Amino acid sequence: MPPKPSQELMEGAEIILKALVEQGVDTIFGYPGGAVLPLYDALFKQNQIHHILVHHEQGAVHAAEGYARSTGKPGVVLVTSGPGATNAVTGMVDALMDSIPLVILTGQVPTQLIGTDAFQEADTIGITRAATKHNYLVKDVADLGRVIHEAFYVATTGRPGPVVVDLPKNIQVEKGPYTGSPRVKHKSYRPQIKGDIDAIKAAIELIAGAKKPVFYTGGGIINSGPGASLLLREFVHMTGFPITSTLMGLGAFAASDKQWLGMLGMHGTYEANMAMHDCDVMINIGARFDDRITGRLDAFSPNSKKIHVDIDRANINKCIRVDIPIVGDAGHVLEDMIKIWKANVTQVDTDARESWWAEIEEWRAKDCLSFEQSGDVILPQYALHRLHELTKDKDRYITTEVGQHQMWAAQYLKFEDPNRWMTSGGLGTMGYGLPAAVGVQVAHPGALVIDVAGEASIMMNIQEFSTAVQHDLPIKIFILNNQYMGMVRQWQDITYEGRYSHTYSEALPDFVKLAEAMGGVGYRIEKPDELDSVIKKMIKSTKPTIVDCRVAQLENCYPMVPSGAAHNEMILGPEDVNMTRKDDPTLV
Amino acid sequence: MTQDQTVNQHTMAVLVDNEAGVLARVIGLFSGRGYNIESLTVAETDHEEGLSRITIVTSGTSMVIEQIKAQLERLVPIHRVQDLTIEGPSVERELALVKVAGTGDPRVESLRLADAFRARVIDTTTKSFTFEITGTSSKIDAFIGLMKPLGLVDVSRTGIVAITRGIDRL
Ligand SMILES: Cc1ncc(C[n+]2csc(CCOP(=O)(O)OP(=O)(O)O)c2C)c(N)n1
Ligand SMILES: [Mg+2]
Repeated sequence: MPPKPSQELMEGAEIILKALVEQGVDTIFGYPGGAVLPLYDALFKQNQIHHILVHHEQGAVHAAEGYARSTGKPGVVLVTSGPGATNAVTGMVDALMDSIPLVILTGQVPTQLIGTDAFQEADTIGITRAATKHNYLVKDVADLGRVIHEAFYVATTGRPGPVVVDLPKNIQVEKGPYTGSPRVKHKSYRPQIKGDIDAIKAAIELIAGAKKPVFYTGGGIINSGPGASLLLREFVHMTGFPITSTLMGLGAFAASDKQWLGMLGMHGTYEANMAMHDCDVMINIGARFDDRITGRLDAFSPNSKKIHVDIDRANINKCIRVDIPIVGDAGHVLEDMIKIWKANVTQVDTDARESWWAEIEEWRAKDCLSFEQSGDVILPQYALHRLHELTKDKDRYITTEVGQHQMWAAQYLKFEDPNRWMTSGGLGTMGYGLPAAVGVQVAHPGALVIDVAGEASIMMNIQEFSTAVQHDLPIKIFILNNQYMGMVRQWQDITYEGRYSHTYSEALPDFVKLAEAMGGVGYRIEKPDELDSVIKKMIKSTKPTIVDCRVAQLENCYPMVPSGAAHNEMILGPEDVNMTRKDDPTLV
Repeated sequence: MTQDQTVNQHTMAVLVDNEAGVLARVIGLFSGRGYNIESLTVAETDHEEGLSRITIVTSGTSMVIEQIKAQLERLVPIHRVQDLTIEGPSVERELALVKVAGTGDPRVESLRLADAFRARVIDTTTKSFTFEITGTSSKIDAFIGLMKPLGLVDVSRTGIVAITRGIDRL
């Protein structure tokens, strides 16, 4: 589009910042380098956008994910070309798997050098094609404004995800017209928001006639916004039916509610998994039948009719064939469901519902998450139980790393509200939690932000502790230190006859000294009776803080549906472990 | 749940923005998710609107085919995907250039067969013919098979293009 004669020309870098401001961006997470120097210079000259300097580009992306997940707004990242971009790739895939809206601006070598193996050139578009929802290379400054707005539109609508905009250095400097506006009309991209009303009616009819129904909800509710969580609560209460959720959906429904069964899946509760297995109507809203949820596919909930609400049509019938697919946004579909329910359903089969609840209560009575803290060695479950009790009434946000501690956190920390729980679900990225906590704390300066960590995971992005120090972000890192890569060791226990191949950490830093050396505060907990006092100190701490909580080294995480098992073949504790179980190399 | 495990071949017509990298997105989707590509053709079909049309022949179980369509539809620069095998009926054609070298009887025989197949000679030397043939892929396979003993030296095929019968557009 040739500029109108009256139109003022701006430098590319200014165009980018103007578009970011119009998008409502207040914070970006980044790391400079040669190919983004013009953008950094433009940042220097303004004060509308706050830049958080990280210490590794992976950290920038996870921080942006934490920011996005805890606010509902897109996270924005700025990195340089070549190594800056490649370092960011893990975070991109993480955001892709967990449907987190991000816009990642990557520097690129000048257009005339592309393809010459120039210094710090990488084919960022090629590398990130499968790591993003979409990506753009801007080759003409006249496209710049439009592309930035489009990137936000694509990242935040439909099923959210990461979008890369690759920005050659000359484009950041050249002058061009400011094009585009936040109100994007895309040529081909048309996310479906409203669900098909006939399908919703059929779903309501099925739900109303159910005798053993269960709601199975996921991250789609969180992504749809806090309104969707309220609608979910309203609908679930109207039906009186039980509800469970995936790891990604925790907090959409209050954990203190009577109808809540706890999380389902590989480390879900006995009652949630049994209800899934035995139900006659499954109402999946915003979850995607992940293998961590379904267990063995051919034994998954064999006798149920399945309703699946998903904003991504490609999730329908991908792993599990369903009876009533509804493509649409969880919140919008829930709204329609409630309307139709109110208009049409006079009563549910309360007798059937009561006897279904009676069955569920029997499973619940197993009390599958119970544990007994005795002696001098801290059980990780007990540590988290105390952490929960001492923090539950605070304005609290939890992030995690990946491993046993993550699953224990999901089991023992109870979430009452959405957007309070940030964890790497789909990709399972060790090193996610610390930078994610940084991003959460940036968005919620006064809140209590805790990264529940493992001692192995925390070493993957420990450099971001310096970021917290640099930006006065008093995040708390609560390490359940078992000296093992516990989750891997657990699998070695269960399927490799306890051969602990390379899962013991021979050399670990002194985390207390490490925290101090980096400018924060460190505490150690070695005995159960030290837990409360140190947790209280941690909460009060106004600096970035690491708590090195030494826990039982060989504790395993139960309940567990081993990969390749059905929901009703759960292992409830060590006594159920059959040491001859073979790892199935055809499954993850 | 038992699903239909029969593998069937499907032809898909895909309308895309003619922008850099769009073919890589489509091909990357197929390789990344382990789908088959049996034939793929692409060319701009609407210069004013900047649209290209891709024809893909793939195979899979009904669940996989449904996935392929849905996965293609969610690519941002894709306008429309039609499974011609399901949403048909459609017609399919392929074009091939077939070079046959030789002299004497085999040379005469190749010309006679070409005539029977309605293949046209588009290049000639005293020692070779290049034929242009269009038709279904199996017709082209048959023609190439017959040319083999007659001095076949080279083949270039377009892959399949397809379009629905009747008045509707993609
Ligand atoms: C980047 C990355 N590499 C490897 C893995 C595989 N993995 C999953 S859990 C785990 C061990 C985690 O150990 P730790 O952080 O100490 O947590 P624990 O299980 O002991 O609580 C490993 C290596 C992973 N998830 N992510
Ligand atoms: Mg550990």
